[in-house]
Amino acid sequence: MALLRCRGLRKEYAGAVVLDRLDLTVAEHQVVALIGASGSGKSTLLRCVNLLDDLDDGTVELDGEDISDPRVDADRVRRRIGMVFQAYNLFPHLSVLENITLAPRRVHRRARAEAEAQARELLDRVGLGDRADAYPDRLSGGQQQRVAIVRALANSPRLMLLDEVTSALDPELVGEVLAMIRDLKADGMTMVLATHEMGFAREVADEVCFLDAGRVVESGPPEQVLGEPTQPRTRQFLRRIIEAGRL
Amino acid sequence: MTVLDHIPSEAQLRRAAYRRRQTVYSVLVAASSTAALGTLLVVAVTGAPGWERVRRSFLDPEIAWDALPAVLAGLWLNVRLLVCCAAGALLLGLVIAVLRTLRGPIFFPVRALAAGYTYTFRGLPLIIVLYLLTLGVPGLRLQGMPPVLVLGGLALVLTYGGYLAEVFRAGIESVHPSQLAAARSLGLTYRQTMRHVVLPQAVRRVAPPLLNDVVALQKDVGLVSLAGPIDAVRAAQIATAQTFNYTPYVVAGVLFVLLAIPLIAVTDWVTLRSARRQSGGS
Ligand SMILES: Nc1ncnc2c1ncn2[C@@H]1O[C@H](COP(=O)(O)OP(=O)(O)O)[C@@H](O)[C@H]1O
Ligand SMILES: [Mg+2]
Repeated sequence: MALLRCRGLRKEYAGAVVLDRLDLTVAEHQVVALIGASGSGKSTLLRCVNLLDDLDDGTVELDGEDISDPRVDADRVRRRIGMVFQAYNLFPHLSVLENITLAPRRVHRRARAEAEAQARELLDRVGLGDRADAYPDRLSGGQQQRVAIVRALANSPRLMLLDEVTSALDPELVGEVLAMIRDLKADGMTMVLATHEMGFAREVADEVCFLDAGRVVESGPPEQVLGEPTQPRTRQFLRRIIEAGRL
Repeated sequence: MTVLDHIPSEAQLRRAAYRRRQTVYSVLVAASSTAALGTLLVVAVTGAPGWERVRRSFLDPEIAWDALPAVLAGLWLNVRLLVCCAAGALLLGLVIAVLRTLRGPIFFPVRALAAGYTYTFRGLPLIIVLYLLTLGVPGLRLQGMPPVLVLGGLALVLTYGGYLAEVFRAGIESVHPSQLAAARSLGLTYRQTMRHVVLPQAVRRVAPPLLNDVVALQKDVGLVSLAGPIDAVRAAQIATAQTFNYTPYVVAGVLFVLLAIPLIAVTDWVTLRSARRQSGGS
């Protein structure tokens, strides 16, 4: 059964159409990679799925429930979806531990000790156990992004949305974040990730969707979309990526 | 190779010696120019034809000593008023600033009222608010009218609340929208996002200007004496009228400065700390 089903999404910003009759279906435990040029609408799609932006048309279903219905409590929906941003967006006034336990304590009303124990366990698992009391500005970019992923996981989400989570990182720090996503896939996490790392998309994704001007132009298994694209615009995009040495 | 192994080169030694000479030279120049200016000032003031008269009517030690208890008693009123008014104005400013951020049509009247309040009270001179509240309101002769002191304090809270609300609002707006997106994506409600993510960052960022306004408030607190209560300035005025000597005003002035020093020091410390935090230091 599909965990996430987007039908006919439309989004405009000041007259410009950013998402245009976009369809996307993600099955449980599936990993979908969104690729496409800058400005093709990847971030907007992820924000609309997480109800951070209002749609101008179309429906989004999560677990069979229409979450784009305005009567739905958006805060309850977001608790089931984890989101990680390109710029990490950690809370600078809170320590690593406080960043991670904020939602469990305030949203899920867990006891402090319980939330902290869970957070420390998650941190230990990704090798950041000794940084629990540090503030974000004391961490490297890679460490910050891993904390951001842990923070999203602490809500035990059904679905993770990852928006170019390695794009702001120095090349030598990309690996540690990708390794974490690999582990998430192994644990069966359902994920939609926008990425410029074509090699990683090929390795980790079950399906790759190529977006252009707010539409899914081509989608399918990574070998097919990245290896033998059928659409001229996909070919053109991949050619540019190869010229830039990113594949 | 360790740092200890390093033997400075010839050029480095020459540079270090030159810098040492420059430092000594700078200290000498600073000391002599300060001494010259100080001497000039003292000679100019004490040598003035009216110096003896000014000294007698402004700097009479005996009168200062006699006026001290009354001025100190007045100052105690200033201190209590300052604490209450600062707390009240900070709270009011914060509430108004948050009300102005609320979105949605239901909150339109609240937003409009909050905006109208900040416009009105930032434009209205404190003296006028003070007179309206302490002279006008008691004129209504309502039952259970609070004492003039409370009304005067209220005038200060209303006026400063308007300024502080704008400072808080600037702080709230300086928090990047991506912080809100991150908080909402975790399932936090708007209120929780404000309370746990936006306001803590906003308040930290505007702490220096907030404290600066509290320093200004401490001087304006004395204006309630216009409505009757005897604060330090009013006590000095009474003492002056009795002795025909202005020394009590100087006493009050010195006490005000002494009172302000710790507050100003805290403000400077907070400013320095936040500047350092923002530039990425510890
Ligand atoms: N808040 C906004 N206001 C106006 N235009 C926006 C906004 N967010 C995104 N856009 C526009 O929408 C288009 C798609 O942006 P985005 O979804 O960020 O693309 P991508 O993530 O694929 O690079 C871009 O042309 C961008 O300029
Ligand atoms: Mg983007």
